[in-house]
Parts: sequence; C-alpha cells; structure tokens
Amino acid sequence: MHFDIADQYRHRLSVVHLLDPRVKVVATFSFILTVSLTPTGVWWTFGCFLVLILAVAWLTRLGPMFAVRRSFVALPFVLAALAIPFTTPGSVLFRIPGLGWTISEPGVIRFTSILARSWLAVQAAVLLTATTRFPDLLWALGVLRFPRLLVATIGFMYRYLFVLADEALRMLRARSARSARVPKSPRPPIVWQGQVAGMMVGSLFLRALERSERVYAAMLSRGYDGHIRTLDRFRMMTFDWVALAVVVMVLATPLVVALIQ
Amino acid sequence: MHHTIEVNDLHFSYPDGHIALRGVNLYVSPGEKVALVGPNGAGKSTLLLHLNGILRGRGEVIVCGVSVKDDTLGKVRVSVGLVFEDPDDQLFSPTVFEDIAFGPLYMGLLEVEIRDRVAQALEAVGLENFEDRVSHHLSNGEKKRVAIATVLAMVPEILILDEPTAGLDPRSRRGLINLLHDLPQTMLVSTHDMRMVSELFQRTIVIDQGEVVSDGLTQKLLSDNTFLEEHGLEAP
Ligand SMILES: Nc1ncnc2c1ncn2[C@@H]1O[C@H](COP(=O)(O)OP(=O)(O)OP(=O)(O)O)[C@@H](O)[C@H]1O
Ligand SMILES: [Mg+2]
Repeated sequence: MHFDIADQYRHRLSVVHLLDPRVKVVATFSFILTVSLTPTGVWWTFGCFLVLILAVAWLTRLGPMFAVRRSFVALPFVLAALAIPFTTPGSVLFRIPGLGWTISEPGVIRFTSILARSWLAVQAAVLLTATTRFPDLLWALGVLRFPRLLVATIGFMYRYLFVLADEALRMLRARSARSARVPKSPRPPIVWQGQVAGMMVGSLFLRALERSERVYAAMLSRGYDGHIRTLDRFRMMTFDWVALAVVVMVLATPLVVALIQ
Repeated sequence: MHHTIEVNDLHFSYPDGHIALRGVNLYVSPGEKVALVGPNGAGKSTLLLHLNGILRGRGEVIVCGVSVKDDTLGKVRVSVGLVFEDPDDQLFSPTVFEDIAFGPLYMGLLEVEIRDRVAQALEAVGLENFEDRVSHHLSNGEKKRVAIATVLAMVPEILILDEPTAGLDPRSRRGLINLLHDLPQTMLVSTHDMRMVSELFQRTIVIDQGEVVSDGLTQKLLSDNTFLEEHGLEAP
C-alpha cells in the first residue's frame, strides 16, 4: 500500500530536463513577470509568448500540447475576472436582452488579456514542475534565497504528506473492516458517524505530533543545530548559462518592442 | 581508543509520570557487540535515546570517555550513531542523497568529502547509486538500509540500533546481519530477533520494566528457559 499524490514530474531525456533547476526557476519567473508586464491588447506579443511556450514544450519531449492540456485546471480561477467586461466603461459592444447589462469593448480587451496572461503563466509553471523533480525544485528555491524556513517547511510537507496519507488510509481501512453491517439493519446515526470521523482526525493529529517529535530527535542525533544548511547539488555549466541568456533575450525582445509602440 | 559505553544508575520517567528506567547500569567495552533484549515496553528504546543525549535522565551516561552533558552534546552525537526504530523518522529529507549528507554536512565537512562519504555509506549497505531516489518511494527494507547509511556516513565510533531487522524479508535480514557482523564499531542493538542475537552477539543484556535483569553470555542466557519465559522471551 502506498499513497502517491500524483507527482507532477514526468521523466524524459531532454535538454529542458537536463538544465540546472536554478535556470528553470529563474526562466519561469522571468516569463511570468514578462507576460504580466505585456500591455493589454497587444495580441501579437501574446502570440509570440504562446509560440515560445509551445516550442519549449516540444523541446521537453512531452509533446507540444502537454502544457496546454494541463493548463485547463487553472481555468476556474479566471472566473474572478469575469466581471471586467461589464464594469469597464467604454463603447458598448453588446447588450444582454432583458437584463440591460452592457459589455464594453475595452472591457472585453482587458478581460481577454488577463485570460491570455494567466493561461501563459500557468503553462510555464506546468512545464517547470513537469521537467524538474520536486526535491531539485526545492533545492533551487533555497539556493535562490527564497526564505529558508519556508523552503524547509515545504520540504517536510512533501516528505511527510505521504507518510500521513498512508496512516490515514490504514485507519480508514481498519474502520471499514470493523463496520460490517448486518443486512437490513438501520444505518448508524449520522451524529455517531461524525463522532467517529472526528476521533480519527484527532488521532491522526496526535500521531503527526508525535512523529514530528521523533523526527526532530533524529535530526538532533545527526548534529542539527537549528540552522538550515544546504549543499550545492548542481553546478552551472556553459550550457546552462547559454540557455539562461537565450531565455532572457527571447523574453526581452517582444516585450521591449510592445512597450515602445 | 576508548569507544566505550558506560551507564551508571540511570533513572528516567516520561513527562506523564510513567517510570521507564529504574537504575540502569551497564558497561560495553571497545569493539564489543552487545544485544539488548526485553519484552515490549521494557524501556529499550528509552535507554538507547539516552546514549546520545536525546533524553536526559537522572544518573550518568559516559560514551567514548565523554560524559553526556549540555556542553558535550555535539561531540557525543558525532561519535554515537543512533538508528531509530521507524525509518520514516530517520529519513526526513526529500532525497536519499540529502538524507545521508545531512550528518556530514552538520559536521562541517567539505563538499567533496561529503559526496565521498555518501557514496561509501551507500556502498556499505549495498545500495550503490541510490543517491537520487526519493525517500518515500523506497521499500521498507531499502529504507532501513538507507537509515543505517545515514549514520555510517558520519563514521561514528559507536553504533546504536533500535530493532534493525523488524519488517525485513529473509534476504534483507541476512544482508543486514552480515553488514553488522563486518562493521568494526562498538555496537548496542535492541531487538526481538533472538535468532540474530544467538548468531551475532556473544553478550546479551536483558531489560525488563526499566531494570537490567541479566547481563552475560548469550549462550548461557538462551539455555535458561525458565528465566527467558519469566521475561517474555523465547530461545530461537
Ligand atoms: N513519549 C512517551 N510518553 C510516555 N510514556 C512513554 C513514552 N514513550 C514510551 N513510553 C513508555 O515507556 C515504557 C518504555 O517504552 P520503550 O519505548 O522504551 O519500550 P521498548 O522496550 O522499546 O518496547 P518495544 O519493544 O515495544 O519497542 C513503555 O511502558 C511506554 O509505554
Ligand atoms: Mg522500542
């Protein structure tokens, strides 16, 4: 029995997979920043960035449409911007019959730009997590001076979420094994079922607490002194520097042109 | 060379008032390998946790000639390698490499040395090239072996293991017994595996209800059936 929260990583032998994780993190964050700086309504720039994403996706050997397919999970978040076409003032494009609400042209342009930006950003993040193993990603974040404590906490979460999920799974099994129901007997009252669930959550919490104490003891045993230390696990090669330079150039050019216009 | 373990009149009770150790005395000489047996709840794990100062009781613990005190903890923890009962407690890093490198990293070693030690420790437990594996995807037997590698990488003078063979299949258990046999360190091993005890350890300490009830030759202990039964043990 083993619980796996579908690891996002997909192993392939590609140049993107082989890149230093730091380069990939920096490239992804620069991409997201560039996309969010792109002026509203400059469609050809968004087009350039989409081509770039598709090209990188192709390079990863995961298939050019890989990121596109996975990006739809983030679509519901766009609902938050759904009011924009109605609330932005400007020339009326369309009037909803009966309600009298109006959709304005600048509103539609703004909404579509936000849609394009978030869609591109999500695709970049999808590619990052699909080509970088989670521990390497964490390591890169740590080395790039993200708050150490935060990175370490995410690391422990990643490690022990699985252990905890396994424990929960075992408890659930034990419960179902003991709650056989005689055919045609009444269902147990809902309050009682709630109490059982509550006790299970409580017991899981206690177990997690006790485990954290033992883990801390294990860390102390190996000399942990309260300061988080990390080791250099990767070394930047010429190839990595070149890739970084190419990414910066490719991102900067369309953005600068779009801004100048 | 004094890779000794010395425990004098050690008492310990848990915060909830449960008395776990009631005056434990023992001495292990350099290079000696000693088994620690006793029924569930006898206080074996509790005793082992005192040997590198994770738990602190009343009495005296001296390892490698150094008394375990607040200001000697760092030194003590470098010379005593403690392997916990549950490998999920011992392996807290995302990858095997980071887990084994943890001890050497905190010892302040150089990067090249750390890499060397990780590779050597993995080789010692028969898991070459496991560096990049993710800890939570390992099998139980692999986890146990990596857990031992995490302390071997610190090159301790004393090895303390809590139930190393629990949950292992016959082949992994055999591999582990051979490994323990070949390691040169002074060793104190808590276990319920009486077959391993008779095979590997000349001397056995029996602990029950927080007290040492027998300390002597394994051969002699295993031939005394009434005594074994009295303390919930069984000859192999
Ligand atoms: N954190 C704790 N708080 C309170 N009591 C504890 C705690 N840990 C252990 N005990 C109690 O102390 C006693 C000794 O426990 P210990 O874990 O040392 O036993 P053990 O000999 O290792 O047993 P086993 O063979 O089952 O591993 C037991 O009665 C146990 O219930
Ligand atoms: Mg125990």
